Amino acid sequence: MSLQGSGTRPQDISTTAAPEENGAAQLPADLQDERLIAREGISGAVGAFTSRLRSGDLGSVPVVVGLVIIWAVFQIANSSFLSSRNLVNLTLQTTSVGVIALGIVLVLLLGEIDLSVGSVSGVAAAVVGVTFVNQGWPIVLSLVAAIALGVLIGLFYGLLYTRFGVPSFVITLAGLLGFLGLQLLVLGKDGTINLPYDSALVGFATRSFLSPAMAYALVALVVAAYALSRWQGRTARAAAGLSAAPNSVIAIKAAGLAIVLLIPVAVLNGDRGVSSMFLLFLALVVITDLAVRRTRWGRSVFAVGGNVEAARRAGINVRMIYLSVFAACTTFAAVGGILAAARLVAVGQASGGTDVNLNAIASAVIGGTSLFGGRGSAYSALLGALVITSISNGLALLSLDSNVRYIVTAGVLLIAVTIDSLSRRSRQAHGRA
Amino acid sequence: MTVTPSTPTPLDVGAGTVLTLQGISKRFGAVQALKNIELDVRAGEVLALVGDNGAGKSTLVKTIAGVYTADDGSMVFDGKPVRVGSPAEAQQLGIATVFQDLALCDNLDVVANLYLGRELHKNGALDEVEMERSSWELLRQLSAKIPSVRIPVASLSGGQRQTVAIARSLLGRPKVVMLDEPTAALGVAQTAEVLNLVERLRERGLAVILISHNMADVMAVADRVAVLRLGRNNGVFVVSETRTQDIIAAITGATDNAVSERAARRSKEEGPAS
Repeated sequence: MSLQGSGTRPQDISTTAAPEENGAAQLPADLQDERLIAREGISGAVGAFTSRLRSGDLGSVPVVVGLVIIWAVFQIANSSFLSSRNLVNLTLQTTSVGVIALGIVLVLLLGEIDLSVGSVSGVAAAVVGVTFVNQGWPIVLSLVAAIALGVLIGLFYGLLYTRFGVPSFVITLAGLLGFLGLQLLVLGKDGTINLPYDSALVGFATRSFLSPAMAYALVALVVAAYALSRWQGRTARAAAGLSAAPNSVIAIKAAGLAIVLLIPVAVLNGDRGVSSMFLLFLALVVITDLAVRRTRWGRSVFAVGGNVEAARRAGINVRMIYLSVFAACTTFAAVGGILAAARLVAVGQASGGTDVNLNAIASAVIGGTSLFGGRGSAYSALLGALVITSISNGLALLSLDSNVRYIVTAGVLLIAVTIDSLSRRSRQAHGRA
Repeated sequence: MTVTPSTPTPLDVGAGTVLTLQGISKRFGAVQALKNIELDVRAGEVLALVGDNGAGKSTLVKTIAGVYTADDGSMVFDGKPVRVGSPAEAQQLGIATVFQDLALCDNLDVVANLYLGRELHKNGALDEVEMERSSWELLRQLSAKIPSVRIPVASLSGGQRQTVAIARSLLGRPKVVMLDEPTAALGVAQTAEVLNLVERLRERGLAVILISHNMADVMAVADRVAVLRLGRNNGVFVVSETRTQDIIAAITGATDNAVSERAARRSKEEGPAS
């Protein structure tokens, strides 16, 4: 074979491919393959959604359905469950578990686990209690110290994991015990430290609510930002010759978002309103979601969770990803612990104890983040935490004891994990794994 | 970054050698995996690297790719002597390798896999639109048959996955592409697709090193065949002038044992038997 004949350059290839492109010139670049099932407009969007569900790509549908069922059951059992007053309580109770679950979502995305979030949250709360109340530090300094401790613990885990290859299960199991010990050590003999009720921290967690006007303004802002970013994305895609959602679909989605946000805000405004602490949680969820889906770091997290070796060969700094995710998880745990202490106005030996750990992990899993790594979303922390707290809140309203709560929570967790496993199997069968 | 039609591959096609290996040796403990390997790879040419199991093909590929460092010998890339200390260095030089396991992330879509580790971004966020657009451009140039770039790689067929892996290697604008067993475990039609792709790489003026056990594939697309046997060079054949048997003989070493030499002598004396 002579080498002269092989002098074709990329331009030549694209010109030879031109005729078939001309034939489909009116179609966007990503819809030209004849095997694709055409889905256009609103009915197309609905069709795509149902076919995704059928193939096992359930996303957050099971947890939303579950939440609706749980709320319906409790509302029937006790008509005050869905009252504004109780729902405001629910948002306050959800926050600390939700923030901790946010960190769990991140480690689960890597296919790892952190069993020590409860203890870490407890030790962070203890640090705040001792330094702020007993030592008289400024509150900001105490918070920084407690959160810095959270970061350090995560970096330590990450170091053990990446340098010595100790399984995260064992590292964090040791952390569970070790930091519980540290918490007791920090607290000393007294055991319980009451936080001053008039401090800014306690005020933020218990008495700070958005005014109704501000809450509605925020909803309008969020919906406008959503619609704008969708519309910008649409224009950019159209300019690049790719398929773009029609304006009608964007409008419908924005309207849907507005409804989803307005109803709870209206209900919460019936009582004290939207809690600042809950708003902080929502902001953390949105930020984490954007970080995970829209940044290089987040893409790397998914890649490491999907196939570590592939990620390493693609030049991703795998070690840095592990370190940052373990650190983010324990940092969220520390923040969650501080918020819990602030809401309960006290730090004690039981802070972060008993079920905080499992509630946080269960929240992430119930919310739809896979235990198998590489699949999940920050919103699962919000939805899962709502489920978990709704159960304990509802059972408390019915004056049922924690024994029932444990059993019900366990049942919901089992159902969630079963759904995860089943949908994973179905995704594999439908080629979406 | 991307292979756009407006920027032609800066290559003087046919002019010559892109990569030359001289006296490459590699030992693993007491095993001499490679001994004095000489190889030159030319632009716009498919060089097949064949040999039995344990002949040293994979070791050689990994040495070129920077996974292993050679104990001895030198590499000349693009006229300059180079030392490749890591896979990243090899990629920066312009040596792309598609390993047999493809190293794709099943949970990510085609675009994410193509740009893994070198994502484009705009204002701090991933530029999904530009990545999707150039993914389509690249796949079209390769006439790759991928229905959608927004589906997880797990749902693609073996040939499509191979295509994605090869397309990914091209994003770094390499001059040499090494494909390790690209057709292993593929069906008939998919094998043909991958072979078409290999030919298209050659048409773009790339030097392709193809490792394969399948002699039919090798004879179908390769211009030259380099045979390794027990870690040494065992001949380089120009495919158009060689019969498959000769290459197989070089692979198995059937020519250099007493029985086959004797058989060859006798068949010459008795005239061409077959």
